[in-house]
Amino acid sequence: MSTTEKPAELEVPARDLLPVRTAQVRAFVALCQRDVWVSVRRDLVSFLAQALLQPLFYLFIFGRVLPEIGAAQGAYGTLLLPGILALTLVLTALQNTSLPLVIEFSFSKEIEDRLLAPLPAWAVGIQKVVIAAVRGVIAAILIIPLAALILPGGVDLGGADWLGFVLVVAGGATVGAAMGLVLGTSVPPNRISVMFAIVLTPLLFTGATFYPWSSLHSLQWFQIVTLFNPLTYVSEGMRAAIVGGPHLATHWIVVGLAVSTVLFGWWGTRGFTRRAVD
Amino acid sequence: MHAVPMIEVDELRKRYAPQAPEAVKGISFGVERGEVFGLLGPNGAGKTTTIGVMTTRVRPTGGTVRVDGIDVRKHPVAVKQRIAVVPQRPNLDRSLSAIENLTFHAAYFGFSRQERRVRAQAMLERFGLEGRENDRVDNYSGGMAQRLMIARALMHEPSVLVLDEPTTGLDPQSRLFLWDQVENLRARGVTLVLTTHDMAEADRLCDRIAIVDHGEVIALDTPRGLRTLLPSAQGLELTVAAPEDPAPGYATLGDVESTATIEDRWTVRVYGALSPGDAVAAADRAGHDLIELRRIEGTLEDVFVHLTGRDLR
Repeated sequence: MSTTEKPAELEVPARDLLPVRTAQVRAFVALCQRDVWVSVRRDLVSFLAQALLQPLFYLFIFGRVLPEIGAAQGAYGTLLLPGILALTLVLTALQNTSLPLVIEFSFSKEIEDRLLAPLPAWAVGIQKVVIAAVRGVIAAILIIPLAALILPGGVDLGGADWLGFVLVVAGGATVGAAMGLVLGTSVPPNRISVMFAIVLTPLLFTGATFYPWSSLHSLQWFQIVTLFNPLTYVSEGMRAAIVGGPHLATHWIVVGLAVSTVLFGWWGTRGFTRRAVD
Repeated sequence: MHAVPMIEVDELRKRYAPQAPEAVKGISFGVERGEVFGLLGPNGAGKTTTIGVMTTRVRPTGGTVRVDGIDVRKHPVAVKQRIAVVPQRPNLDRSLSAIENLTFHAAYFGFSRQERRVRAQAMLERFGLEGRENDRVDNYSGGMAQRLMIARALMHEPSVLVLDEPTTGLDPQSRLFLWDQVENLRARGVTLVLTTHDMAEADRLCDRIAIVDHGEVIALDTPRGLRTLLPSAQGLELTVAAPEDPAPGYATLGDVESTATIEDRWTVRVYGALSPGDAVAAADRAGHDLIELRRIEGTLEDVFVHLTGRDLR
């Protein structure tokens, strides 16, 4: 190959740089486009499997099989669905920030190219949160029609408070993704499997997913423990929005979601900036 | 002509943790526009930290770095618009194909869809990757990955390109190709900063070289200027064919050393300020077959070892 020949297209005279503000916005949008492209073109099957398989089995076993064999009441499915929606929302968002970050910071180093894009380092972290939250929302919404097929009583959304539902979905996805940002930037790659055992399992089972929070009154110490899990507020919020049965007071749900978002958002962004800039 | 140098590093200091020793202890240098500047030093000397600060990835604990007159610490985004990096280890986006690596990189820098495609195609051609543009980058060899990373770095027309140990682990063909590309970029006026511990590379490519050791610049000059740091470095070296020790034939020119090499070949070093003409005439008179004649300058490797010592790092 001749190196003295210069392709005409490359002979661009010194390019006028975009104003910094415009450059930042375009970079942010382009990073999102990259993630959407990869989600649709490359990761679709693995994303759906990772996001949907576990909740579908929960719905099937707890909502269909157990009532069928007489180990649970027939109406249990109705109580279970909001919890499973919350679980799917939060865990999908969490895993879609934490797992890629651990890999991109250590093994593949591919975050480096994005950190050199013309936007502040923290904005690259926020962009990850946005995309992971969107993935969480998509997964949770896909659960609804599937639940209608699995649960014996189907899904009845007749009495749903749609505004409340939208707010809980948005808040839950953001909290989950922010928690993922914390994990993804604080866990060393050689500990990643331990992290999932230590963090995800307790998160899964202390989040008022499989039972309404108020029903824990006879097990008060556990009821208090669950208040430290952000998932509790998402599950209860979901219950409040779509079932309308007993749930944590609305203002406590709002406070729980707001505090978790601020806390994990701040902690995660700080962790991300520290990993990004030495 | 611009008055401001492209890169100004002023009393740069970096300590990674409060108790850790300083990785960089007050480095200063400037890189002119269009210059090819080398940072040469043993492992752990502070080269990577220095370029880390330049590229906004390392926060300095003291001093300033300016790129195109812009303070890296105060305006990192404006610096990122002007700079590009080819890292030591591959960091290509493995979820994307080769051409997508280029087009998305250009998208991050605000290029239109049309521009991205045209530029990406031209780059792939220039870097000998046409026909492999739709491959996943996982399937790329080390040399190809490196070429793609350079192509990616050039997608947004940076005015400064930083190459971190660009030829480590490359085969000779890829290395020559890279060297040609560096020459090519120099011709286009791109400012290049490269780190290396390959002397031949530094010697061949760089206009000026800073030798860095223990976090400090211990010498900064042109390759030729650095060589003069060696003691007794002037003279001529002749390779001649002669039946017996040829040294007496050159005794009138200066101090002579001779060593037998292979068969009837001898290497004769004559130290002092003599002209090549004198040496050729002397060889003629003595009836020696002159095979090679070169000026003794001392190699950069000699200079490097002379300045940094032989200890392992």
